[in-house]
Amino acid sequence: MYSVHEKPPAVLTSNVFFLYMLPPIVLDSGYFMPTRPFFENVGTVLWFAVVGTLWNSIGIGMSLFAICQIEAFGVQDINLQENLLFATIISAVDPVAVLSVFEDVSVNEQLYIVVFGECLFNDAVTVVLYSMFSFVTEMPVVEPVDVFLGVARFLVVGLGGMGFGVLFGFVAAFTTRFTSKVREIEPLFIFMYSYLAYLVAELFAISSIMAIVCCALTMKYYVEENVSQRSCTTIRHVVKMLGAISETLIFFFLGVVTITTEHEWNWGYILFTLLFAFIWRGLGILVLTQIINPFRTIPFNTKDQFGMAYGGLRGAISFALAFTLPDNIGRKHLFVTATIVIILFTVFLQGISIRPLIEFINVRRTNRKTDTINIEIHTRLMEHTMAGIEDLCGQWSHYYWKDKFMKFNNRILRRILLRDNRAESSIVALYKKLELQNAIEILDTASGDISAAPSIISLQEEKKNSTKPKKKFLAADLKNMHDILSKNMYKIRERTVSYTSKHALPNDNQRREILIRRHSSIRRSLRPGSFQTRQQIVPKSQKYFSLPPGESLNSRFPPTRQSSADAQETMSEVAYPGRRSRFGNRSSSGAMMPLHRLGTLKEVSSVDFLNESERGSTGRGSQSRPQSLRHHLSADDNNGLVDEMRIRQVEEEEEEEERPQASQPPAWAAEPRDETPQNPLLRRPQWNEKK
Amino acid sequence: PVSAAHLLRLHERFDFLDKDGRGHLRPEDFEEIRELTENPIGGRIIAAFFPPEKERLDFPSFVRILAHFRPIGKNRSRDRAQPEQANSRTGKLKFAFELYDQDRDGKISREELLQVLRAMLGLQVTEEQLRSIAERAVQEADIDGDGAISFDEFKKVKKKEPQGLKPAEKTNFCHVWFLRSHWRKWTWSTR
Repeated sequence: MYSVHEKPPAVLTSNVFFLYMLPPIVLDSGYFMPTRPFFENVGTVLWFAVVGTLWNSIGIGMSLFAICQIEAFGVQDINLQENLLFATIISAVDPVAVLSVFEDVSVNEQLYIVVFGECLFNDAVTVVLYSMFSFVTEMPVVEPVDVFLGVARFLVVGLGGMGFGVLFGFVAAFTTRFTSKVREIEPLFIFMYSYLAYLVAELFAISSIMAIVCCALTMKYYVEENVSQRSCTTIRHVVKMLGAISETLIFFFLGVVTITTEHEWNWGYILFTLLFAFIWRGLGILVLTQIINPFRTIPFNTKDQFGMAYGGLRGAISFALAFTLPDNIGRKHLFVTATIVIILFTVFLQGISIRPLIEFINVRRTNRKTDTINIEIHTRLMEHTMAGIEDLCGQWSHYYWKDKFMKFNNRILRRILLRDNRAESSIVALYKKLELQNAIEILDTASGDISAAPSIISLQEEKKNSTKPKKKFLAADLKNMHDILSKNMYKIRERTVSYTSKHALPNDNQRREILIRRHSSIRRSLRPGSFQTRQQIVPKSQKYFSLPPGESLNSRFPPTRQSSADAQETMSEVAYPGRRSRFGNRSSSGAMMPLHRLGTLKEVSSVDFLNESERGSTGRGSQSRPQSLRHHLSADDNNGLVDEMRIRQVEEEEEEEERPQASQPPAWAAEPRDETPQNPLLRRPQWNEKK
Repeated sequence: PVSAAHLLRLHERFDFLDKDGRGHLRPEDFEEIRELTENPIGGRIIAAFFPPEKERLDFPSFVRILAHFRPIGKNRSRDRAQPEQANSRTGKLKFAFELYDQDRDGKISREELLQVLRAMLGLQVTEEQLRSIAERAVQEADIDGDGAISFDEFKKVKKKEPQGLKPAEKTNFCHVWFLRSHWRKWTWSTR
């Protein structure tokens, strides 16, 4: 330690922290915030973040000031402003650990989003308060008008930051509308604009954290539609990475500082700080929850509150703020020491013990194995129904505003900000996106994807499904059934997308589930017995999905893009990996099926979609496709099903691209249902002729 | 017995769903709701609103069906001649029954149960297992041995469920959220 200076390397100055280390962390939080659940709970989140932080800081500050008056501790020279400043620093909670624990314990999603949002926003609030208080400490005398001005400044800073952020978000979205020629540097625009928002906000002395968060929020929705799939992935990964790097670096410095700085230890002050931090956090959560529970549909119960209170770890922000305290504060070293102690204590002790505690107090539901099968099925059905009806009726309390905003969004914003704005049905858009992501993911994984493998296996099993129903059921059978039901029934739609951890990209398990459902309904429609039954089922229930076999879901094919250069490039990007790996030597993990079988599988299912598709891909699409498919069949010998499925998708999109550039209105005429012959196998010769 | 505020809210929603301003809803409007499409039984829910061969849903029918989800009414003093209230326990059970019974023949056959199971279960379950589950379910409920579950048998099954495990959630005073909280009450009251 003597070869280097005793002081930590002067890298972590105020400038460095605020200009370089904080923005990535905040950008990460803002970019991956689940917007819809967040806005549902925005009241609660802001309540906890703003009022909670205020409560904490003022409470801790006041009580510490009271402690300071006691002579025995020898800290009488710390005045009120400095105490308040210190309290602000240590009231910035960082509930990272509690988030992951909540996820595992599958706590209710409302709680999750509130904690997540609080974590994000109190960073902003803390920084604002900090700058306000540090400004105040430099003033010799504080008058009431200053307090009032302080509050006003707080509002201006906060709201101004938001406004700036939104403005920059729109500009960024608008820019990405034109970036089709420069795909490779698209991510740069995202980072550039966010950072620019941050810097400009700093310039005007308004809250830069709010600016960057709001910029990320606004930008994300439009940008992810405009940029290519690869840029999207790049952006997500880089944002996550930068955030994680920043945070890690800050903790590095924490360690270094702990060892090298000259500490000023004061038992009384530090211990009381710990105590008060804990008490005020608990009290704060309790009181705030009591006040806001009547306004919430799902109130927080005691266990939730305990989780929130105990999960109030202090983290990177506290440390950085402590370290950048102005030097004119006499007891700076004491403050730094106290902050470090708090951080270490909360992170290690509370962080480690929170999981067992939460599991302990979480009373497990009684095992309902004694229920009948009927009840289990019915319960789940009812839960799905409830979720469905809730969706039907719209779930937002601020529904009116959302509706207004969506109309505004669709009419004006989307037209301006998106490159090709078609009034796509949300379902079609969703499935298109899912399929695209799935195709890319299949590429990324060396072995087959989960959605491919079971389809092979179950397909073969379904062939021999003509067993007679048993008359008697043994107890073991019953237990099996219960197991099957509980493991395999689709989960109810979660209103919030839960994140596995702060350091993971949003998981799309539910999306996967939807895809799997689609694939399974494709498979079921392939069963030979179903072709006959389809005839009568189709007319009646053609509009509905998730109905008996033989029904497949809405149009799987992306609607024809307007012929434009950029669209082609997008598609060619998707097609490119296909081309590249088609001639590669990939073996799939699933069973290798004979090739002629594959042909049947693909073509029948693709025709399936044509038959059932509501929006109706045009007949042209169906005709050109088999050409390419057959071409592929002959070309490759050894591809597994995985590749075939992917190639098919890719080829579909290519085919649609290469079609003559006749511009088509987005709402193309749906194929009249009666014209399509029910038996797809008969259709093939027709295509041959028209070729 | 739906309050004026509730009706207003529902009307707003009706207007929102009815994008072309036609004054009535069609199945396609429901399909616009993204979450509904992701729901495994979304199709059935939509079908519950549209009786067979009926393609239009006007506002009164919309409200009537949603009235199933209100809490069980306390106004028992009405005369018996009135048809079954939508939000009575029987009314709710009937709604649930119709989710299973798609062809409206008054019975849940094994096939229909199988279809429900297929919709709700994942890939890893084989057809054989599904069949045995459906068979078992029918066996448990079928009293008269006709191989299908009638409405009365359905009611009996539901009666056997363990009674309310959790106290019903406090009714929210804000009428805008009435549906949500009342649905939960309903679930627990029918368990």
